[in-house]
Amino acid sequence: MSELAAGALRAAPERVAAAGELANLWRRLCRNRAAMVGAGIVALFVLLALLAPVLVPFNPIQGDLNDRLQPASGTHWLGTDELGRDVLSRIIVGARVSLQIQVVAVVLALVVGVTLGAAGGYLGGRLDDLIMRAMDVLLAFPSIFLALGIIAALGTGLVNLMVAAGVSSIPAFARIVRSSVLSLKEREFVEAARALGGGGGRILFRHLLPNCLAPVIVQATCRMATVLLTASGLSFLGLGVQPPTPEWGAMLSNARSYLIVAPHVATVPGLAIMVVVVGFNLFGDGLRDTLDPRLRQ
Amino acid sequence: MLRYILRRIFMLVPVLFGVTLVSFSLLHLVPGDPAEVLGGQEATKEDVERIRREYGLDRPLAVQYLRFAANAVRGDFGVSIQSRHPVRDLLLQRLAFTLQLSLASILVASAVGLLAGVVSSTRPYSLFDATSMLGALFGISMPIFWLGLLLILVFAVRLHWLPSGGTGTLLHLILPAIALGGASAAVIARMTRASMLEVVQQDYIRTARAKGHREGVVILRHALKNAMIPILTVFGLEFGSMLGGAVLTETVFSLPGIGRLLVEGIFARDYPVVQGAMILVGTTFVLVNLLTDVAYAFFDPRIRYE
Repeated sequence: MSELAAGALRAAPERVAAAGELANLWRRLCRNRAAMVGAGIVALFVLLALLAPVLVPFNPIQGDLNDRLQPASGTHWLGTDELGRDVLSRIIVGARVSLQIQVVAVVLALVVGVTLGAAGGYLGGRLDDLIMRAMDVLLAFPSIFLALGIIAALGTGLVNLMVAAGVSSIPAFARIVRSSVLSLKEREFVEAARALGGGGGRILFRHLLPNCLAPVIVQATCRMATVLLTASGLSFLGLGVQPPTPEWGAMLSNARSYLIVAPHVATVPGLAIMVVVVGFNLFGDGLRDTLDPRLRQ
Repeated sequence: MLRYILRRIFMLVPVLFGVTLVSFSLLHLVPGDPAEVLGGQEATKEDVERIRREYGLDRPLAVQYLRFAANAVRGDFGVSIQSRHPVRDLLLQRLAFTLQLSLASILVASAVGLLAGVVSSTRPYSLFDATSMLGALFGISMPIFWLGLLLILVFAVRLHWLPSGGTGTLLHLILPAIALGGASAAVIARMTRASMLEVVQQDYIRTARAKGHREGVVILRHALKNAMIPILTVFGLEFGSMLGGAVLTETVFSLPGIGRLLVEGIFARDYPVVQGAMILVGTTFVLVNLLTDVAYAFFDPRIRYE
């Protein structure tokens, strides 16, 4: 038997075991009703965002001034706003904008945070001290203040909003990965990899980081909720996504002036934010319960 | 204990250094010449040169930072570009409102959160428990600014019970304190329930019951007292996070606090105000966290001996 074939045979049971473990986790997650409700909300939100161009019944940017501040009706299911734009269409496109902000900000935070946390935890010494002190400084500001500071320097707009929301989430990922790497790097399987001649990069990427995945996935899910709240808050203040782009926080901000005559314009975007945040929180909690071995027992 | 406090204060030094560095960097991250940015759109060439000399912007960056940090330590954040008043005075005027709002909110959050958490833990998996924990989930997930608008709509616009914004009386504080304290009440309720459920399973609680104490005494004197340690940490963290939430609450209810000042400063490109507000809030946040750690160590000796 060739060496390649022997290697493949050895790897096959490992793959089967990994698939078995995944199926096991999936079954446990499915048994968690709250997590499934959360997953359902998140799936609906993602579908709405992806299919937005097909689903919108009206142009979300241009409205008819003759139809301004109309209540819910057969034509406009959620009514119209101060410029006669269909609220439902703006909510649907707003989902797309929000998802875009969440994904970019969380990926940015994840990539930078995981890199810094892994480097600090694995290499230790002065580099670790430096990285962790930098994270302490970022954590010294309430996250919305840090995001406001970044907006003050970079200016308003969608891209800067993503950067601001992303940067304020970096310390969470860095801390989690660092503590996981610190506890894992002393374990036998890492020592074995080192004894077999594995280099630093190989040990980090093949052995340590895959074992940090569970807390990172949980953190990323929960961060999607936090980023949505931060980003919509900044847009509400007028410092995030700028009009006429439909964004839920910005929609709420505009609706403030019409609270007495058309409360529905302010109610719907707030409800949308809350439902999506509830979805991510429930799903994140469910993932934590499923992936944390201490909670499994 | 004193050694622990001194060690924690010593650890603050690099963080506060970082806070000033981040605030200093803001002006230098803005595209363009910092002197022109500080001068505003109407500044003449002479004005820009004067500002450059006055603020030492013609010096090396390290020298500029040292001067900025030394001034900040003395509480001198320069002069507001917009109002021409010293930034320190503006901050002090606004700080009182933000602290008042944060204190009122933590009171609301503690009262609601502790009550809901304790009652839920005494009746786990009951209808009350399920309802209050569902309420806590919504409390955590609800945007502060939306809750604020809903409160205005119901209690100010429809019922005319409370003012919709502004300052003056205690009544003006009620709606903002509920809006800002809502999320924290939810966090405190969840933490109280979890902490109490852990404590009520301990042997000393069984002993207290066996001795014939009334259930109220067991819960309040024996269980809650011991469950308070982790809850105390949450109080500190939530008080700190309220400084962040105050930005949105102050905007919704038109309150003249630090958060509102920061937002106005960003719109007006009034960088001395933005820098001053960032340093003040960062320092307050760090100090609140320090106090929380010290209180935690005071109540739980295991922490200070670690």
